[in-house]
Amino acid sequence: MKLADTLWALAIQFGTLSLMAFGGANAVLPEAHRQSVTLHHWMSDQDFAALFAIAQAAPGPNFQVCTLIGWKAAGLAGALVATAAMCAPSCLLTFWIAKLWDRQPEARWRVAVAAGLAPVTVGLVFSTAYVLVRAADKEWRLALVTAVSGLGAYFTKLNPLWFLGAAAALGAAGVFG
Amino acid sequence: MTEAPVPEAPTPTALFLAFLGVALSGFGGVLPFARRALVDRRRWLTPEAFVETLSLCQSLPGPNIVNLSIVVGRRACGWRGSVAAVLGLVGAPMLIVIALGVLYERFGGLEQVRGAIDGLAASAAGLVAATAARMAEPLAKRRVWIAAPFVVAAFVAVALLKVPLPYVMLALGPLSVALAWRRKT
Repeated sequence: MKLADTLWALAIQFGTLSLMAFGGANAVLPEAHRQSVTLHHWMSDQDFAALFAIAQAAPGPNFQVCTLIGWKAAGLAGALVATAAMCAPSCLLTFWIAKLWDRQPEARWRVAVAAGLAPVTVGLVFSTAYVLVRAADKEWRLALVTAVSGLGAYFTKLNPLWFLGAAAALGAAGVFG
Repeated sequence: MTEAPVPEAPTPTALFLAFLGVALSGFGGVLPFARRALVDRRRWLTPEAFVETLSLCQSLPGPNIVNLSIVVGRRACGWRGSVAAVLGLVGAPMLIVIALGVLYERFGGLEQVRGAIDGLAASAAGLVAATAARMAEPLAKRRVWIAAPFVVAAFVAVALLKVPLPYVMLALGPLSVALAWRRKT
């Protein structure tokens, strides 16, 4: 694929996902995975999991995995296009809706949209977890790390960075595989 | 919204710097840092207004925190405020994450780096599962029989059957919103 074609594909992909990302970028990661790995072959399954991990460990908003997908697909231009495409449509929509909302904050449509989309979003975030687990857990010790991180984050109030840091340290020490 | 909590209307520069600070301190989730910066330290929003604004942002598509920066920026000084706030929030982290990507490409072959990334990826997958479970909690408490079919249908369609997301959203979204609309009457 030529660079211009790849950039165009990135713009379409993330521009569309931007408007479907209710509850944030995690809800649209399965679709980003389907397009980037299965459809366009920009990266392997493991690359995808690695990029997600890097984005999680970096400071900033959690949609940065989109920046990295763009970068992996088409270098610096790809990163810029993916980031802009992921932000611009939802930003314009928010800007416009915020204007309406500041006039009538109790609007019934807002309550219905929020309540109605919540279960769909939860199903999508579970899908993201599923896709990442399939890509990341290549052996039982990694599956154990996933389980401990998941249960630990759910049942305690510890900063998630402790789990990420401990897992990275174990990996660097050569515990896995 | 309650009465305006703004001691002095922030300028675009102040908005840019505030959201830049939020972005750079926000390891593993930016939202707590945004609350601290906007409500506790700068008093641009009351605690109530923060919750209201956030719930608006959560009901719209796009990253919540980016939407929050748009709304806060707009209220302070129109579209210039929104642009300044978003650039502050997104710009620097983007450069950092690209730099990390470059490092990964260069050193990803090293055994220690490979192992560390494997560990990070496994841990991150678990964290997402925990987030999903946390998000499911309010649904399970209040209206599990209406919500559960949509959770399961979205998961089966997207994770197992690999149906493209637009179809899933178009099939499930309007139906679920319509049910929520009727419940309210």
